[in-house]
Amino acid sequence: MEKKSAVLSEQRPLTVEKSKVGERIDTSLESIRLIFSFVALSAFWLVFGTLVGEYVGFKFVWPELDSVSWLSFGRLRPVHTNVLFWGFLSQAMIALALYVVPRTSQRELYSYRLGWTSLGLMNISVLFGVISLMMGINNGGQEYREIIWPIFALFAGGLILVAYNLYKTIADRKVTEIYISNWYILAACLWTIILVSIAYLPGYQKDGISQTVIQGYYMHQGVGQWFTPMVLGLTYYFLPKLLNKPIYSYSLGVLAFWTQMIFYTMIGSHHFVFSPIPWWIQTVAIVFSVGMIVPVTAGTGNFLLTMKGSWRSFARSYSLPFILVGVIFYAIVSYQGTLEAFRSLNKVWHFTNFTIAHSHMSMYGFVAFLIWGGIYGLIPRLTGSEPPQLAVGAHFWLALIGILVYSIPLMIGGTLQGLSWIAGESFMESVNLMTPYWVWRAIGGTMMFLSHLIFAYNVWKMRPSTWEKLTQVSQS
Amino acid sequence: MKFDFHKNHKLLFGTIFWGFIFLSLIISVLPALWVQRENEPLPASEPMTDIERKGLNVFIGEGCVYCHTQQVRPIEMDENWGRPSAPGDYARIDRQDIWRQTPAVLGSERTGPDLSNVGERQPSAVWHYMHLYNPRSVVEESIMPSYPWLFEVKKSPGSDETVVSMPEDYAPEQGQLVATEKAEALVAYLQSLKQVPMDAPASSVSNEETSKEISESQKKTIDGASIYSNNCASCHQNNGEGVQGAFPSLVGDPVVTDEDPTDHIRAVLYGMQGVPIEGENYSGIMQPFEQTLSDEEVAAVINHERTSWGNDAPTITAEDVAEVRNNDELNEITAEEE
Ligand code: HEC
Ligand code: HEC
Ligand code: HEM
Ligand code: HEM
Repeated sequence: MEKKSAVLSEQRPLTVEKSKVGERIDTSLESIRLIFSFVALSAFWLVFGTLVGEYVGFKFVWPELDSVSWLSFGRLRPVHTNVLFWGFLSQAMIALALYVVPRTSQRELYSYRLGWTSLGLMNISVLFGVISLMMGINNGGQEYREIIWPIFALFAGGLILVAYNLYKTIADRKVTEIYISNWYILAACLWTIILVSIAYLPGYQKDGISQTVIQGYYMHQGVGQWFTPMVLGLTYYFLPKLLNKPIYSYSLGVLAFWTQMIFYTMIGSHHFVFSPIPWWIQTVAIVFSVGMIVPVTAGTGNFLLTMKGSWRSFARSYSLPFILVGVIFYAIVSYQGTLEAFRSLNKVWHFTNFTIAHSHMSMYGFVAFLIWGGIYGLIPRLTGSEPPQLAVGAHFWLALIGILVYSIPLMIGGTLQGLSWIAGESFMESVNLMTPYWVWRAIGGTMMFLSHLIFAYNVWKMRPSTWEKLTQVSQS
Repeated sequence: MKFDFHKNHKLLFGTIFWGFIFLSLIISVLPALWVQRENEPLPASEPMTDIERKGLNVFIGEGCVYCHTQQVRPIEMDENWGRPSAPGDYARIDRQDIWRQTPAVLGSERTGPDLSNVGERQPSAVWHYMHLYNPRSVVEESIMPSYPWLFEVKKSPGSDETVVSMPEDYAPEQGQLVATEKAEALVAYLQSLKQVPMDAPASSVSNEETSKEISESQKKTIDGASIYSNNCASCHQNNGEGVQGAFPSLVGDPVVTDEDPTDHIRAVLYGMQGVPIEGENYSGIMQPFEQTLSDEEVAAVINHERTSWGNDAPTITAEDVAEVRNNDELNEITAEEE
């Protein structure tokens, strides 16, 4: 199986010098417009969503910050998570996929009209979602499916169009092989359509804790079958491309793919260890959480071995360092997740701020960093406009130090919280002891937020210089 | 078309699509269906009333679930939240309306206390109103948000309205604080959160047994200060000074500093309501601790009160508590016989 794919042997070097990006890639103007619009809107949602996160984080330290119903903690928290999930991460991933899939299929995107329609549907959905959540209308407080179905149906519609668009593009590809990135990307879209349908359909989750069985499944498939495979698929393209060499082992990528699909699907209920849902589901979830070591090790091993020997490229590139950080965080959070699933450790960490550290290390350190790597690796080459070097560096370091300052104290604090409960101390003890760690979170969060402002500025700087100039370029 | 995942997109994506549906059915949809079919409310539980359902909706809409679990795990560290939760505890929760799905009350984070049994632990509506209007008025170090929009300020409230009196520092500058319908519903819901016995309908026998079991397992550490802060401080405050007009101060309180501990023990065992203390009326109520605290624990918390904040009264033992319990039980039986 170790044969080189047609796509990878193709000589299309992307320059990796930090100073210059080199040639603009020859892509149709329509495609640049669509991709850049997705990126720009996702940057907007990133700034908005983390502004909300920042504000919500401050409330742990100053609970009396305001007393306006629309800004209260319980209403803003789902705004924070949903905006970042469906506004920022999802749309940024789709932007990159709209480039990678046609590129590796060596043809144009099947339909730009469908692409624009998806963009519209998704953003309207997120916008209405935000308003309804702030009004206090939510879907039963079920994490990540808080947006009520009439509004979320718009998002799902957008996603179905994306999947159809990508499927048609792949089906009519100009190469015989389907590159591994496309396995991951289209699979993620299909899985998420199924998953969202199961999450919102009635019938089997009406009374009692049947809802909780579906919630465990949904919560983890959301991160495990949407964000994870999507960014992994993108990385299977961007990493070799930016390093200008093939992926270390194609078949390892295939192995990781199938094990990801089988193992990850089974582990949802590890969010409800010790809960009253059937004990066997919890045990299955824990066993497969250990099984996740296989795809995670295969995936990260593959990426790291691809990087081996090319470290100088990292020093010279401004996108590769993001990818390196993302890959390392992928390994860390996944092994950390396996530990959290064991009953003995779950006892200490469940319900504490340790989970918050895990979610941010994964959604931020892993998913967001890989996305940024892709955006900085791609957009300047599409539009021909580069972001200022210094600003990209500032984004990188603020975001990296920020997430460490955010998550390490929360891991320590979360552990102390759990130990305090085990020791049987009074509950307020566990609230009071968190104060310093929540202050650190606010500091780390501020750095992260600043880095997002810089990112938004960089996106602005990467905008297509002028549409006319571009037209000339692509016509010549 | 060949059987080759790398070349045949129909085969590849077909497998991905149907394979995932198959796995999802096994791990989520079928178990959920099964759980739903087995959904039996506990025999001793009551259906939710209309106002409680409204309260649950406010609870969900305001996002209380992000800080509060309703899920007691079958492990030792969760014992002070109640007995382990069972599927039947949630059986009466169902879909609210066509727009919104079944509320997720189990929660995933415990920034605030577990609420499975809060109706038992904190029965006083007055406390809940004050706490919702501003949690810091009753729990100084609380980080819980205030919910002032569940209240209105009125010049002259009608007689059928719930007036909430706040301590001076927290009261609105002028006019009276009145709970809205939403606040009333929410508090009704919170008060309804009481764990019912698992199998038999509520009977004193099973209650005694469970409380004995609990006291057996809690023997390990009996520390008056932490019993106080878990059970009493929310009303009487950690400094013992209470909340003006609602919960009395225990500092220098005549009952607490009395040489004869009988009234002190009785107050803790049976609770109190509407008894003026040193000429002042208190709007709060105090629940009985007869079932929840063992003799040793009652003695420990009473001794804590008797020796803290400048109080200096003689301490008592578990035997004193047992004696009061037994005497009162005897009196009750003779009273019934007569
Ligand atoms: C930011 C997190 C947070 C949110 C949101 C929150 N709470 Fe709390 N809650 C706490 C904390 C912390 C405590 C413990 C300190 C205290 O009693 O105020 C608490 C305590 C309580 C208690 C007392 C429990 C006991 O055992 O004494 C009740 C009742 C309560 N909250 C109800 C609610 C309701 C109802 C809502 C929604 C309207 C809500 N909480 C929203 C954090 C929160
Ligand atoms: C829900 C709030 C609440 C809680 C919790 C509570 N109390 Fe009280 N307590 C009150 C109120 C209100 C009164 C006054 C009742 C009255 O005047 O009728 C009171 C009265 C008392 C008195 C009698 C004072 C007197 O002069 O008669 C004592 C003693 C006392 N509480 C001790 C305790 C102890 C010990 C605990 C914990 C095990 C406790 N309380 C928990 C609300 C509470
Ligand atoms: C400026 C940076 C950020 C800050 C300050 C921040 C802050 C917060 C806060 C305060 C919470 C609530 C925690 C609690 O309930 O105890 C939260 C939850 C969450 N945030 Fe963020 N956040 C930031 C960025 C992000 C990003 C970029 C993502 C994802 C893309 C993200 C995803 C989440 C998720 C998934 C949760 C829910 C966690 C859980 O339930 O376990 N956050 N965040
Ligand atoms: C594959 C290995 C992984 C395992 C075994 C794992 C395990 C877990 C466990 C056990 C929890 C629940 C913690 C608790 O509530 O006590 C959890 C929460 C979480 N995980 Fe993971 N994790 C893994 C990877 C990931 C990845 C890659 C992501 C992101 C893409 C992620 C995102 C999250 C989020 C967002 C939560 C918080 C959910 C919530 O409570 O709202 N995890 N994980």
